[in-house]
Amino acid sequence: MKETGVLAGEQLPAGTRSQSVAVALTVNGELRRLEIDPRLSILDLLRERLGLTGTKKGCNQGACGACTVLLNGKRINACLTLAVMHQGAEITTIERLADGETLHPLQAAFIEHEGFQCGYCTPGQILSGIGCIAEGHATSPDEIRFWMSGNICRCGAYPGIVAAVGQVAQEG
Amino acid sequence: MQPFAFQTARDERDALAAGAAGGRYIAGGTTLIDLMREEVERPEWLVDINGLPMRDIRATADHLIIGALARMAEVAADPATAQLQPMLAEALNEGASPQLRNMASIGGNLMQRVRCPYFRMLDAPCNKRAPGSGCAAIDGINAGHAILGTSAHCVATHPSDLAVALVALDATLMVRGAAGERTFPVEELYRLPGDTPHLEHSLQPGELIVEVRVPRGAFAEHARYLKVRDRSSYEFAVVSVAAALDIRDRTIWEARLAAGGVGTVPWRLRASEAALAGQPLGVEAFRAAGQAAVQGGRPLSGNGFKVEMLRRTTIRALEMAGKTG
Repeated sequence: MKETGVLAGEQLPAGTRSQSVAVALTVNGELRRLEIDPRLSILDLLRERLGLTGTKKGCNQGACGACTVLLNGKRINACLTLAVMHQGAEITTIERLADGETLHPLQAAFIEHEGFQCGYCTPGQILSGIGCIAEGHATSPDEIRFWMSGNICRCGAYPGIVAAVGQVAQEG
Repeated sequence: MQPFAFQTARDERDALAAGAAGGRYIAGGTTLIDLMREEVERPEWLVDINGLPMRDIRATADHLIIGALARMAEVAADPATAQLQPMLAEALNEGASPQLRNMASIGGNLMQRVRCPYFRMLDAPCNKRAPGSGCAAIDGINAGHAILGTSAHCVATHPSDLAVALVALDATLMVRGAAGERTFPVEELYRLPGDTPHLEHSLQPGELIVEVRVPRGAFAEHARYLKVRDRSSYEFAVVSVAAALDIRDRTIWEARLAAGGVGTVPWRLRASEAALAGQPLGVEAFRAAGQAAVQGGRPLSGNGFKVEMLRRTTIRALEMAGKTG
């Protein structure tokens, strides 16, 4: 990334010429206030500024789903949105899911069904799976495959992923 | 990514003032941020319009009205869409991924840029990105490119599924700008590339898409969107067809058709519509429409298959539409 800063053209509105912008967001239940470069994505904010490296950077162009988080309860690609656009938003990442040593049911199901090999796509798969179940789009293997297609797994652990999401959806 | 000034629009007046002065609107950002990162797009001033009250989906006596800031997923899941124009939900859910559909706005979907790989390669010629530099696709890898509406300067397809469905259904856009409010067909939003492929749409500088108006009525019941692509979900169309039929007593009263993946703009299939009007519902009429759809198609070196695929996709979409309702 090039040097931090914003343009200072004559036509730009007052208050936008500063080098950074203040944002306040709730991340995993905790209010965070930061001064950021307006170019910062939510993904880079999580990983580079807050040290929450559970959310992964795969393609950084919205194609792979490794960066999936919940934004105000809905699954999104954290790489394709600027943090400055989300004042006051609530973000949930993989770090929020386990309760101490007790895994979230979908985390446990991924282990039970071997829904991963290398694990790099797994945080995104799990957050996407939570979204998929909450939307009511996990009632059959075909439906799960369609509604989980925004998450790529290059190890090809798809049968385990579909089984894990399906099991947790059934258990309610 | 190049630096930019960032402004959050407080209200529509604020947004229009910034737009008129050269600010670039951002809503979902799923296309724009991606292209900014590639430095294909280099806006100096971003105006965040997400706080504007343009997110409602509602029905009037004549129209389904969709706010330009409504997200793809919201429109697809809305009961009004399912009841009044289910083909729109089908076209929306066939596009992008669930995550992107939660982010991407309806206005932004219509304004998305092309997916031609050369458009994104800063070291390749592209008349859209760098006017006058040439077109690398015409003699390059062009299996995914257009067979209709092309010029010697650009052959990229328009990537939106939603736009194809809206063009078929005679939907209109309501936009506001410095000169006030105007309404026009979605079809007229898009400009053929001709010798100015960098000019893609008919909005005036600073004009803001406020809402999409989709007519209710005769074409809602028998309407389907069929998308053919290289994998079964989360992929742009190789060929797609939106087909809507007004069927009365087993006769096709009127038809509305448009195709995606084949045109430089969402492509209305008027010759096919004419071939269907007044005909008995059945495969004979559908075949005539398929034949009419490919009239004037001019394949490139790598996409000759799209002619036959468009013919067949038209027939299949009509068969599906004829069975619904």
